[in-house]
Amino acid sequence: MSDDTTTGRRDGAGAGSATPAQPAGVRTVRLGLARARYEVRSYFRQGDTVFFTFLFPLVLLTIFSVAFSEQPFGPGVSAARFYLPAMLAAGVLLSGLQNMATDIAQEKSDGTLKRLAGTPLPVVSYFIGKIGQVLVTATLQAALILLVARFAFGVELPADAASWLTFAWVFVLGVATSAVLGIALSGIPRSGRSATAVIIPITLVLQFISGIYLQFSQLPGWLQNVASVFPLKWLAQGMRSVFLPSAFESAEASGSWQLPEAAIVTGVWLVAGLVLCRITFRWIRKDG
Amino acid sequence: MEGGSNGWGLPPVPAPGHAEGMESVVSVRNLRKSYGEHPAVEDVSFTIERGETFALLGPNGAGKSTTIEILEGYRDRTGGEVSVLGVDPAHGGLDWKARLGIVLQSTGETGSATVREQLAQFAGYYAHPRDVDEVIAAVGLADKARSRISRLSGGQRRRVDVALGIIGRPELLFLDEPTTGFDPQARRAFWDLIRQLQAEGTSILLTTHYLDEAAQLATRAGVIANGRMLALGPLDELGGPTARVPIVRWRTDAGDRAVRTDEPGALVARLLAENGGAEPSELEIVRPSLEDIYLGLVGEPETDSAEREDAR
Repeated sequence: MSDDTTTGRRDGAGAGSATPAQPAGVRTVRLGLARARYEVRSYFRQGDTVFFTFLFPLVLLTIFSVAFSEQPFGPGVSAARFYLPAMLAAGVLLSGLQNMATDIAQEKSDGTLKRLAGTPLPVVSYFIGKIGQVLVTATLQAALILLVARFAFGVELPADAASWLTFAWVFVLGVATSAVLGIALSGIPRSGRSATAVIIPITLVLQFISGIYLQFSQLPGWLQNVASVFPLKWLAQGMRSVFLPSAFESAEASGSWQLPEAAIVTGVWLVAGLVLCRITFRWIRKDG
Repeated sequence: MEGGSNGWGLPPVPAPGHAEGMESVVSVRNLRKSYGEHPAVEDVSFTIERGETFALLGPNGAGKSTTIEILEGYRDRTGGEVSVLGVDPAHGGLDWKARLGIVLQSTGETGSATVREQLAQFAGYYAHPRDVDEVIAAVGLADKARSRISRLSGGQRRRVDVALGIIGRPELLFLDEPTTGFDPQARRAFWDLIRQLQAEGTSILLTTHYLDEAAQLATRAGVIANGRMLALGPLDELGGPTARVPIVRWRTDAGDRAVRTDEPGALVARLLAENGGAEPSELEIVRPSLEDIYLGLVGEPETDSAEREDAR
């Protein structure tokens, strides 16, 4: 292509009606927030995601709390209290990773992304919209789980600010990492139809080896080591440090809550996920 | 029949910016695209001037959609030169996309948003969008504005596609088989809408299977088959003058006869005289329609079989 003509034309076009009225960064964020509102609304209109992603941890918490209500978990710890941190961690994984990976794979195959690719929507705005959706839905989900745990099952929640501060950073870091990894994983399913079949086994296995359904300290050592590579184990551990009595700390596999390690491992995954997204995300599969 | 070669008496594709006062919004020169060994587009050249509506005609698999998707920036080309609004679509940025409207061939998502929500969302992506309610009314969906898109019929969803294509007030609008699934009434309403856009100066690239639609909307057309441009020009000149020569058909004992002649009356008079005044059986004089010409170009045998009067 002869460059002189193209650039000449482009200059002429710059004065055209399409010039954004505001700085690019402001526009990107504004569109991102508009996308987030749109995404949240769409999310709650889809009955299946509301059930399998949003309410699922709550349903499990209810089942575990009722089913194991007679079992001893420790002094002053009911089944509901024991499973509360695990279900909060599971919610973060489902709302973030599972939801994002299947949602975006679906949008890839149904033409949503192809249509967006033909508009001046910045990719970053699309990401802000997705991550915003995850933040909002995960927060609502966590709030709902905490409310049910407190008022339906009488779980005593921490009263000190330090615990809630820990909860806040573990939650936000977990949600962000989970969402970003979900976006990165969305490229794996070859079609929207296969997305749940590909993604759900990954999240399910991860939950089983990371101490969500089974007590982590009772898993074989090698499996604990495998799980320690992934962020969910650390997320669950961080949640336990908030909601279980300090007496439980010594029951951890390492004998400690290991919060700094949790922050480091999750943070590394967050950065790796961001890099992976930036490199691998495409609106559509170009055929070269 | 002759006339299979490029452009009948038409000037060759001018260099971009060559003609004074005439500005090409699309310029395609020797475009090639292959998927592995398989060539989808072999050699396609055409230009679209500002404000013009250009129709790309051709059978399924001819390379129409591949060509249009290269212009839209969705596909990379293998060879040739392409300029869309002065930009190489392979490197088109957001400012460039803001000036385009795209109606893809397939209606994709069946989102849970309502018609109005979807259009309001997309309007926000553009600096000077059209009024959302006006656009909804223009595509005839005013009473469906609050319905979820997933609950609309196929034809209604197609209208949403068209609405999304024009919401950003594009300079150049791509319409890839836009009226698939429309009933005749909706198609006519769509034509009216397109005429309105034309009056506003919108340049349009249209692909369609409906030749009447092309005749109604386009000023010029290109016929593409097997990845090559077979004919290019104003619709009423497509295929060249020979393609429009009337055909006289009649039946003899030896079989059906079809003769192309510029003087069908004289031929019929001669037939009558030769038969001693007896009416030739099944006599008809046909002036080839756009469809006949198109079919002749893309290789349907029907009109090809007619003999040339002067060849006898």
